[in-house]
Amino acid sequence: MDSSVFFGVATIAYILAMVAYIAYLAFRGGMVGVAATTVTIIGFVSQTIGFGLRWKEFSAIGGMGLLRSVPLTNLYESLVFFVWCIILGYLIIEWIYKTRSFGAFVTPIAGITLAFISIGGVSAEIQPLVPALQSNWLLAHVTMSFIAYAAFAISFATALMYLAVNTEDRRSFPYIFWTATIGLFAGALVAMSIDFITLKIAARSSQAFIQNYLFKATFRSEYAAVTAASFASLGGFVFLAWRYGDALRKLILSFSVTPDMLEDITYRLIAIGFPIFTIGGLIFGAVWADQAWGKYWSWDPKETWSLIIWFVYAFYLHARQMRGWRGNKIAVLAVIGFAVTMFTYLGVNLLLSGLHSYGGA
Amino acid sequence: MDKTDTGKNSIIDRIWSFFASVKLAVIVFSCISLTSIVGTIIEQQAASENNIKLLAKIFGISSAHTVYGVLDYLGFTDMFNSWWFIALLFLFAMNLVICSIERLPVTWKLVRQPQKPLGAEGFGAGSPGREVVIKANAENAGNKAVEALKKIGFKGEVVKSEGLVQVLAEKGRYSRLGVYVTHLSILLILIGAVIGLKYGVGGSLKLLEGTSSSTARANNGKDFPLGFELRCDDFEVSFYPESERPKDYKSILTVIENGREVLTQEIGVNNPLTYKGVTFYQSTYGFFPNREALFKFSVMPMNSPREDVSLKFEGSFKVPGTNMSVKVADFSPALAVNSKGDLFTFAESMINPAVFVEISEGGKVKSRQWILKNYSDTWRTPAGVIEFKDLWGAQYTGLQVRKDPGVWIVYLGCLVMAIGLYIAFFMSHARIWIRVKEEKDKTRLTIAASINKNRIAFDHRLDRLAAELEKTKS
Ligand code: HEM
Repeated sequence: MDSSVFFGVATIAYILAMVAYIAYLAFRGGMVGVAATTVTIIGFVSQTIGFGLRWKEFSAIGGMGLLRSVPLTNLYESLVFFVWCIILGYLIIEWIYKTRSFGAFVTPIAGITLAFISIGGVSAEIQPLVPALQSNWLLAHVTMSFIAYAAFAISFATALMYLAVNTEDRRSFPYIFWTATIGLFAGALVAMSIDFITLKIAARSSQAFIQNYLFKATFRSEYAAVTAASFASLGGFVFLAWRYGDALRKLILSFSVTPDMLEDITYRLIAIGFPIFTIGGLIFGAVWADQAWGKYWSWDPKETWSLIIWFVYAFYLHARQMRGWRGNKIAVLAVIGFAVTMFTYLGVNLLLSGLHSYGGA
Repeated sequence: MDKTDTGKNSIIDRIWSFFASVKLAVIVFSCISLTSIVGTIIEQQAASENNIKLLAKIFGISSAHTVYGVLDYLGFTDMFNSWWFIALLFLFAMNLVICSIERLPVTWKLVRQPQKPLGAEGFGAGSPGREVVIKANAENAGNKAVEALKKIGFKGEVVKSEGLVQVLAEKGRYSRLGVYVTHLSILLILIGAVIGLKYGVGGSLKLLEGTSSSTARANNGKDFPLGFELRCDDFEVSFYPESERPKDYKSILTVIENGREVLTQEIGVNNPLTYKGVTFYQSTYGFFPNREALFKFSVMPMNSPREDVSLKFEGSFKVPGTNMSVKVADFSPALAVNSKGDLFTFAESMINPAVFVEISEGGKVKSRQWILKNYSDTWRTPAGVIEFKDLWGAQYTGLQVRKDPGVWIVYLGCLVMAIGLYIAFFMSHARIWIRVKEEKDKTRLTIAASINKNRIAFDHRLDRLAAELEKTKS
C-alpha cells in the first residue's frame, strides 16, 4: 500500500470525527465523545503511517538518504504535515484539559484541508533538491519551524476565541479586532480554496505556488472585475463577521470553555512554540545558511520577518510575565503574532518578491 | 531597589534607571521591528533605479525621486549597516544587560536559599485529597513520606524544628536562572556579530582547475590575502537526469604553505573547508574553454593493456598495439540532438561533455565519431574502447571566502540560548512540604506544594503522591 491510501483513511476519519464531535456538542453524550476521540486517533495514526511511507518513497526515488528526504518540499507535503501537527496538538490539549470542546473546531479544518489537497491533485511527483537544500540542518530547521507554526496557529485560534467570549460591545476595539480578523481569515481561506480547485496546483513547491498561483483566481486575477469582486467579497466577509459576531460568541460559549482556560492554552502553546521557533527556525536556519553560503545572517526579507515574529512573541511573554498583562490586551498580541507568522510564510514571497527579484533558490 | 533609597539621584542613577526600564524595552522592540519592515520593502544595497521604480508604484512618479532622496539620506537603503540601526541594537543590548543585572540579586537570593519549613497558614487551604491519615508513629510516617516522594521523583528530607515535623522536597531551584542564561546568550551573539563585522573579511575566489592563488577578492573590491596558497585540483558537477538542474558539485582543494602541500580536501555545497581561520564555501562554478585544458582518455586496445592518455585540443595519440592514431577535433560541453536529428550544444556548463575524434590509419582518416563521457556505448571505436574521462582545466570553481573570528562566539551564544530557553520554558521550580502530625495512634500527613509553572502536570504528580501515601495505610 502506498502513502495515499493512508492519507485517504485519515481524511475520512477526520471528517467522521467532525460529525462525531458536533454530535457530542449537541447531545453531550459520553459514548459519542469517546467515539469522536477514537476516530480522531485512528485518523492520526493512519496519517502518521502515511507520512512515514511517503518519506520512504521519497528517499527511494530521490536517492539522497533517509535524513535528507523529509517529505516537506512542496505545498502538498507541508500542508499535510501542518494538519498532522495541529491534530497532535489538539489531542494533547484534549488529554491535558480533559475537554472535547475544541474537537468540533479542529477536525473540520484538518479533514477539509486534506480533502482539498486531494481534489487539488495529489501528486507523488518528487522534486529533486538543489545542492544547497541537501543538508541535515534543513530537516531540523523545516520540521521544527512547522511545529512552531502549528503551535502558534492553535494559540491564534484560542486567542480569538478568548476575545470572542470576552467582548460584547460592537464598538469596542477588541470586538472589531477579532471579528475583522475572522472575516479576513475566512476570506483568505475561501480564496485559497478557489485557487486549489481552479488551478490544481498542490504539487508545486510552496515558493513557486505562492509567487505564481496564490490568489490568482481571486485577488490577483488578470481580470479587473474579478479582482474588484474578490475584494468586495472580502469586505463582505468582514462585515458579516462583525454583524454576526454575537452568534459566534454564543456558539463558543456553548462549548463550555472558560476564558481562563483559553488564556492558559494560548500562553502554553506560545511558551512551547517560542523556544522551538528560536532553536529550529532562527538558530538552525542560521547554522544552515552559514554552512551553505558562509553567512549566518544576511538580513534578507525572510530572515528579517522571522526576527519580527520572534520579537512579537518575546514581547507577548514579557508583557505577560513582567507587566502581568492579562485579558484582551495579551490576546490581541497573540493574534498579531500569528498574523506576522502568516505574513512571513506567505506575504514575503507574495508581495515583497513581487516588488523586486528575491526568491529563487 | 536600594539605589533610590540612598536619596542620591545622580546622573549615573538616572542613566541606570533609564536603561533598566521596561518602557525602553517596549520602545526599542517596536523601533527595531518597524524599521526592519521598511528594510524588507526597500531593497537593500541595491542600484537606485530598483528602489525608485518601486517607490513610483507607491508614491507616483513625480515624488519617487524625492522620497528616495529622503530615504537614502536617512540610511534606509542600507539600513542594517546604518549608524542608527546599530545604535538601536546597542540600546537593546544595554537594556537587556541592565534589566537583568537589576533583577539578578533577588533571583539569586531565592536560588541560594534552601527550602524552609512552611508555616501553619501554608497548610490552611490544603486541597481535599491532599491529606492522608496513616497508622504509624510520626517517625515511621515521615519515612513513609520520604519513600512516597521517591516514587514521584523527589528526594525528601525530614526536618524537625520546635517540635514540628515536616518532610521537605524541592526540585529545579536553579531553573529560575534560565532567564538570565537566555539573556546572556543574546549578548554573546551580538558580541560575536560585532567582532565579525569589525575583524572579519568576506570575499570570493575563482580558481580554474590546476591553478592556485594566495589572494581572494574582498567584497569591498580590495585584495584579501589568505596567508597561504590554495589550489584547485579538480572540479566535478553532476546533473539530475534529463535536466539542467545541478545535483551536486564539488572541488578538490589543496592548501600549499611555504611551497609544501599541507592539506587536500574535497568540498561541496554545505561542506566547506576551513584552514587557519579562513573558510572556503563552494558557491558557483563555470566553464572556461582554453587551449591549455587537457582531454583525458582511458584507452583499451583489443590486445594490449589499458592505458591512460591526456592531450590538448587538436593533439593526437597513437593507440598502442595498432598503427592507428586518434586526434581531438572538436568538443561540446553539452551535446544534444534536436528534433531534426542535428547535433547542437545546448548549455555552457558541462552537462553532457562530448569530444569529436578523428581516427586515422597510416596517415589517412579512417573514421570520425563523437565520444560522450556519460554514454559508454559511444566509447567503442575501430581502434578499441576509448573512454572519455574528463576535460580537465576548463572548469573553474567559484568559492566564497570568509574569515570571521566572531563566528565561534555566535555559535556559543546559540548553544547557550538553546540551553537557556530549555531551562526557562521546560524546567520549573517545584517545592513540596508534608506536615507530619501525630494524633494518638495515627499520624496525619498534610501536603502543601508550590511550582512556578506547569501547574497541571504538577497537580497530577501530587495526586500520585497522595495515592502512594494512601497505599501505605494498610
Ligand atoms: C528578544 C529578546 C529577549 C528574549 C528572547 C528574552 C527571553 C526571555 C525569556 C525566555 C524569559 C522567561 C520568560 C518566561 O518564563 O515566560 C525572559 C524573562 C525576562 N526578561 Fe527577557 N528576553 C528578551 C529581551 C528582554 C529585554 C530587552 C529585557 C529588558 C527590559 C528583558 C527583561 C526580562 C525580565 C526582567 C524577565 C524576568 C521575568 C521573571 O522574572 O519571571 N528581556 N526573557
